[in-house]
Amino acid sequence: MEREKFHHLDDQKRAWEKHAESLEGRKESFVTVSGRPVKMLYTPLDTEKLDYEKDLGFPGSYPYTRGVQGNMYRGRLWTMRQFSGFGDAYDSNRRYRYLLEQGQTGLSVAFDMPTIMGYDSDHERAMGEVGRCGVAIDSLEDMEILFDNIPVDQVTTSMTINGPASILWCMYLANAEKQGVNLKQVGGTIQNDILKEYIAQKSWIFPPEPSIRLITDIFAFAGEHVPRWNTISISGYHIREAGSTAAQELAFTLADGFAYVEAGINAGLDVDSFAPRLSFFFNAHIDFFEEICKYRAARRIWAKRMKERYGAKDERSLKLRFHTQTAGCSLTAKEPENNIIRTTLEALSAVLGGTQSLHTNSMDEVLALPTEKAVKIALRTQQVIACESGVANTIDPLAGSYFIETLTDKLESEAEEYFQRIEDLGGVLAAIDQGFFQQEIADAAYKYQRAVDNEEQVIVGVNRYNSNEPLEIELLKIDPAVEEKQVSRLRKLKEKRDNLAVRQSLDNLVNCASGNDNIIPGILEAVKVYATIGEIVASLKEVFGEYKEKPLF
Amino acid sequence: MDKSGKKIRVLVAKPGLDGHDRGARVVARALRDAGFEVIYTGLHQTPEQVAETALQEDVDVVGLSILSGAHMTLVPRIKKLLQDNGMNEVMMIVGGIIPEDDAEKLVSEGYAEQIFTPGDPLDKITGYISNNFK
Amino acid sequence: MQQLVAELLKGNRRAAARMISHVENDDPLKRMLLTELYPHTGKAYVIGVTGAPGSGKSSLVDCLLQQMRRDGLKIGVIAVDPTSPFSGGAILGDRIRMQDHALDHDIFIRSMGTRGSLGGLSRSTREAIQVLDAFGKDIILIETVGVGQSEVDIVKAADTTVVVLTPAGGDSVQTIKAGIMEIADLFVVNKADLPGAERTTTEINIMLDMKKGDHWRPPVVQTVSVQNKGLDQLWELLQEHRNYMNESGKLETVRLERVKRELTDQVEYLLKNSVWEQVKEEVKLEKLVEEIANRKNDPYSAASELLEKISFFDQKTGKDD
Repeated sequence: MEREKFHHLDDQKRAWEKHAESLEGRKESFVTVSGRPVKMLYTPLDTEKLDYEKDLGFPGSYPYTRGVQGNMYRGRLWTMRQFSGFGDAYDSNRRYRYLLEQGQTGLSVAFDMPTIMGYDSDHERAMGEVGRCGVAIDSLEDMEILFDNIPVDQVTTSMTINGPASILWCMYLANAEKQGVNLKQVGGTIQNDILKEYIAQKSWIFPPEPSIRLITDIFAFAGEHVPRWNTISISGYHIREAGSTAAQELAFTLADGFAYVEAGINAGLDVDSFAPRLSFFFNAHIDFFEEICKYRAARRIWAKRMKERYGAKDERSLKLRFHTQTAGCSLTAKEPENNIIRTTLEALSAVLGGTQSLHTNSMDEVLALPTEKAVKIALRTQQVIACESGVANTIDPLAGSYFIETLTDKLESEAEEYFQRIEDLGGVLAAIDQGFFQQEIADAAYKYQRAVDNEEQVIVGVNRYNSNEPLEIELLKIDPAVEEKQVSRLRKLKEKRDNLAVRQSLDNLVNCASGNDNIIPGILEAVKVYATIGEIVASLKEVFGEYKEKPLF
Repeated sequence: MDKSGKKIRVLVAKPGLDGHDRGARVVARALRDAGFEVIYTGLHQTPEQVAETALQEDVDVVGLSILSGAHMTLVPRIKKLLQDNGMNEVMMIVGGIIPEDDAEKLVSEGYAEQIFTPGDPLDKITGYISNNFK
Repeated sequence: MQQLVAELLKGNRRAAARMISHVENDDPLKRMLLTELYPHTGKAYVIGVTGAPGSGKSSLVDCLLQQMRRDGLKIGVIAVDPTSPFSGGAILGDRIRMQDHALDHDIFIRSMGTRGSLGGLSRSTREAIQVLDAFGKDIILIETVGVGQSEVDIVKAADTTVVVLTPAGGDSVQTIKAGIMEIADLFVVNKADLPGAERTTTEINIMLDMKKGDHWRPPVVQTVSVQNKGLDQLWELLQEHRNYMNESGKLETVRLERVKRELTDQVEYLLKNSVWEQVKEEVKLEKLVEEIANRKNDPYSAASELLEKISFFDQKTGKDD
């Protein structure tokens, strides 16, 4: 548009503004769920500087703002991947087979807390927690049961595991080999993102340095032997759940991503040898437009930095692929059926934002682990969006919207500001050590809770339109006998396996951990002789030590 | 403060293995801002650590945050350990993802005075404690 | 009450915890209890650890606890954190780093908020030290944020004072200038794996070299508490300083000074309380203030008149504020 036209438009806008502002508004300020002020109207004046080719481009080409595949959902829909796991391996195996029968296209394993923290089910710290939040996996035996009758060369599996990611991954690989599958055919994802554990999720085991080494060892091993595996899922999800704003989720997650890239490069790897297998995991919170812009900004920032700063040449290294999960923290315990609606909106934003895979939360997840019925509705939500709503027909349909493009730019520049602050603090690890992320998130979480408490932030059925009716949905109960069963099976395993071989493999592992060689073959050897996760973690702790949290508020 | 001008000390504890401390931290801040003295244990505490900390810190209130589903194991154990320590009078409150029937059971069987769940405003928690020490 | 003291002397942890609460709350029974305890005190060695927020004091204390336990010592820890001046509340989170020791019955950890009044804090810390001393602890570690006068006061209760710094920027050296230099018997440059550790160490050494006279020249030790590095050396130097204090007779001098201060503090404190208790009963203070403000009276004559009306010390009201 020419300058003259803009001047004219500007005049008109001023006139409108004067009128609109004279009208009475419902409330003083309008902000996103992240507390970001939103204008009443966006016009071409806001996107005057937008350069289509430079800032947006075409799907599948740099800077990938509009999506990472050329034809996006016309080629293949996103993977519908419901995160699940509970009880023991038998219980979860049944649930997985049910989900696959219902048309789910990938698996996503939730582990219980003892597994996540690297304790065996018979450890005293595991008491009361076995099989509660996910499935209990102690050894390769459990992994074999978990994937019984599930062809791991056809189904890809995502595993939400971080501290002991290398161990669970090795169990998965060992099981695949037992099924007769070539590791080159095995596909899936391990979360393996330890930085966000220190920042937000707080399920850490080892200190940062050895943890990063485990990760780069995984990068190297996968690059050579398991090329279809996504070696890390750099996660903003938990940062958001811990209370961050959208901009913080975006900035901290990408900062972590760049830190891993730097770690890989520092470990002597070529950036294009591992960067194509990096993937991301974002939250889909309730603020519809802000979320869509967050995904678009993420792709653009990643592509630019990977190219300009890290010299990536392989275009797969530039493409930010991501999984999305709807926001657990947006769900309410009151009137849980409303959660279906929240989840639908959130899922829609993820799809409009171009996600590669999606988990939709079940309505009852704020109360307990989801029932089969609740999970089915959640999956159906995705299927309705995919097949009925028509939103998957065209790529990045909101591009060009004055609001969407303005907000995408804004989120990008806010992220850049955060990158600068993190750099000034000495990088991500130094910033973690100084409690920077933790403090920023804690402040945002507290501010949000105060906004909810004083009703600046409305939550339907909670602080407005609250009917106070008793709960009327069925909840899944974990049988307390699961723990006993699991513990007794573990004890039996410890008796029947070749304990000499276990001892030897653990000694080897300690040696290997003390040196600089890739540690993965050592772990693989240990899991194959049925060393347990607790034993392997304890051996590694001897060398690596344990992380302790920072006393910050 | 209670009527004698003494500061109310509240232990905010995260027993069990889950690392979801958003709630615990937000509540700790709210308690501080309401004038309480909050002692925070940090994550991943065993019941024994929680009870011993309550004893050494001589707290008036123990607030447990549990989101892992292990509340029916952890809460009674901690209550028992507190009693073994001679801390029968300490007020026990619990927050987290706790289904209604479990919550009722924990209260009716005397393991906890009050259960708070997601969606409860901060003032409800701080107010509950204040009212009980008036 | 007698029973509480007896229980404490028997090693009952609950009794010790209750006693510290009485001290902190300035409970009316406090004086009696402390009187009973006093003959059992004077045995513990007190180490103060102070430094800026984020310098890693708590992890350092955590590591020191391990070292000391290896030598079979019983330890009490008093971790002081600031009280919010706005709400009067506090979040005391120092023990997060020390929770691995929570079940070791030979370690007793207590968190304290600064609770407003400066004098009050150093008094209650001192009294809490007495409680843990009588409770049979060999070593008492006091951890405070080294930012203000109140912390310096607390540190005066210590036989050995450790000042913790980090290599971060040029701030650390500024902190030393701000009055902590004089109180340090030992400097720790923690997080010494960060860049700038050598420079910080050198700067402290230069500053120490400019300061003359004392027989004890504070050593500077580098540590990385998260990796447990340099802790052996720190513990050795702490013991060295303790030996120095003993052998040079300085410990005795310092402790005599401390007792003298305790006595004078106590006298002033009782006197002050006694006076104000009576003033509250006898005089309409607000009326007097109004008169002075209106220049119908003046503060000098009013004060004298006021004190003429009361007896100087009343045992009954010698109660803490």
